[in-house]
Amino acid sequence: MTALPVPALDRWRARAARQGAAVLIAALVLAAFALLDLMTGPSGMTPGALWHAALAGPEGADRAAATIFWQIRLPQLCMGLIVGASLGLAGLLMQTILANPLASPFTLGFSAAAGFGAALAIMGGTLIPLPLPGWLLTPALAFAATLAATALVWLVARARGTAPETLVLAGIAVMFFFQSAQSLMQFMASPEVLAQIVFWLFGSLLKANWVAVTVSGTILLVCLPLLVRDLWALTSLRLGEAHAASLGLDVAALRRRAFLITALLTAGAVSFTGTIGFVGLIAPHVARALVGEDHRLGLPAAAIAGALILIAASVTGKVLSQGAAIPVGIVTAVAGVPMLLAVILTKKGG
Amino acid sequence: MNAAIEITLPALHRGRARVLAPCRLHLAAGEVVTLIGPNGAGKSTLLQAIAGLSPEPVRLTLGGRAVARGEVGFLPQAFAVRAALSVLDCVLLGRREALGMRVPPLLIAEAEALLHRLGLSELADRAMHDLSGGQQQRVLIAQRLFRRPKLLLLDEPTSALDLHHQLEAMALLRAHAAATCAPVLAALHDLSLAARYADRVLVLAEGRIEADGPPEAVLTPDRLSRHWRIAPEILRARDDKPVIVPHLPACAPSG
Repeated sequence: MTALPVPALDRWRARAARQGAAVLIAALVLAAFALLDLMTGPSGMTPGALWHAALAGPEGADRAAATIFWQIRLPQLCMGLIVGASLGLAGLLMQTILANPLASPFTLGFSAAAGFGAALAIMGGTLIPLPLPGWLLTPALAFAATLAATALVWLVARARGTAPETLVLAGIAVMFFFQSAQSLMQFMASPEVLAQIVFWLFGSLLKANWVAVTVSGTILLVCLPLLVRDLWALTSLRLGEAHAASLGLDVAALRRRAFLITALLTAGAVSFTGTIGFVGLIAPHVARALVGEDHRLGLPAAAIAGALILIAASVTGKVLSQGAAIPVGIVTAVAGVPMLLAVILTKKGG
Repeated sequence: MNAAIEITLPALHRGRARVLAPCRLHLAAGEVVTLIGPNGAGKSTLLQAIAGLSPEPVRLTLGGRAVARGEVGFLPQAFAVRAALSVLDCVLLGRREALGMRVPPLLIAEAEALLHRLGLSELADRAMHDLSGGQQQRVLIAQRLFRRPKLLLLDEPTSALDLHHQLEAMALLRAHAAATCAPVLAALHDLSLAARYADRVLVLAEGRIEADGPPEAVLTPDRLSRHWRIAPEILRARDDKPVIVPHLPACAPSG
């Protein structure tokens, strides 16, 4: 009977403090990158000029500075933060409910569906009688297609009990379907339309505006309280489905809720910006490295990590190509490969 | 809580195959019952059904009141945990419903005391995926005890444990049942262990509960030979409990 050198409660508090500090530091690094993102761009404005533009408001006397700050850089930054946070959260949910460290928000074909919806709008937008302004048609159809894919995956998987492997297989089938449909549309498109579709698929914050920020931000804000009620249930699921169920958890209901939230977050994120890969795959691993498996801190950590990756990619894209920023989707895809390899090579446990 | 738990089970199936006929079980307060049977007899299916994890509707009552699914503790056979959760976190999850944004300090102290009592204190901060199979199994038994269930079901709870820890785990389950009055139903392959720690033994065979009674009455040479296809040598331990030494029929000792 040996007594513990330090009581568990003290060790628990010390660990919580360490993890809280890690999240705080990550948030501060994100804030620094956000400032850097505001200051970077092709206009060559000095930080001082931007500061004045921010203080003067959207109707400031210096119209060029006001437009650059309030209509271009700030909405792009806000969109980057929202999309990164949404993809980080969606990635953590996906890896938890599918019990697969290599799952991401796009594992179940959501990005292929969004791409199909966008291609449909770009190609045949004028033929679709929707009471929407032209610029809103592409994100609206991308959103609708993502939700349609969600419903399709769920309906197929439900027939076999919505086990993780069934969900993944149904998702792969849906992904191939939408990818094929998207390829067919690209094959049929004129060179100008094809260029527009390809640009959308790159995933870029250049498409951001305040409507996009409002819609995607609202979806994120609606999803957050829905996640809070399941924090410990999601942590329990990390023990494995058999253990979670035998501890009285309704795993099927939890998986259904998390799946729907993932679909909403992903649709909200990609509809306005296009496909941005690797953020949803890498951010959960960064979060787990920072705070472990406890979803109370894991979810905020994944959101911050996702936003940080995306804003860092945005800054990198603007610094590397001063004239026309490289789309963040390309930067995250290039930077994501070594990150993914690092995850695979350093992976322990589940 | 001194009332018995009554369990009414319909016919149980695995896939399309019927595994067990409808039956009723009676588990007295504080009783330890072991469930034995050859491979495929339906032990896991029965435990899963009682735990509420099967599609078949099972009725559990305690003193006439229905027992909710969350009040039944169940440790399944496939126990490997691949997550990086600490041992203390894992035990705390046993009472997930009591956890919020802030974990009550009393709960942490209680989990620590339990780990200390079970000799697992040294592992408290270790990640589950870094533990051996036996260590994981001991932690998971601790988690289920921490849950304080009205009925505790365990499917092969000693399968990964060394001899010392097998005896310790079974003694712990007996002590838990005596202290909380919550009955324990454990499926075991080790017939001697099942006999030694049980008040009652249930034999599953031929798609039904084939025998139910004290170990001495149930573990007969004829039954063991018929269902397990062994030539048993039945010895008596110091406490007069049966100890089964199995032999393949062709190798049975003479005389």
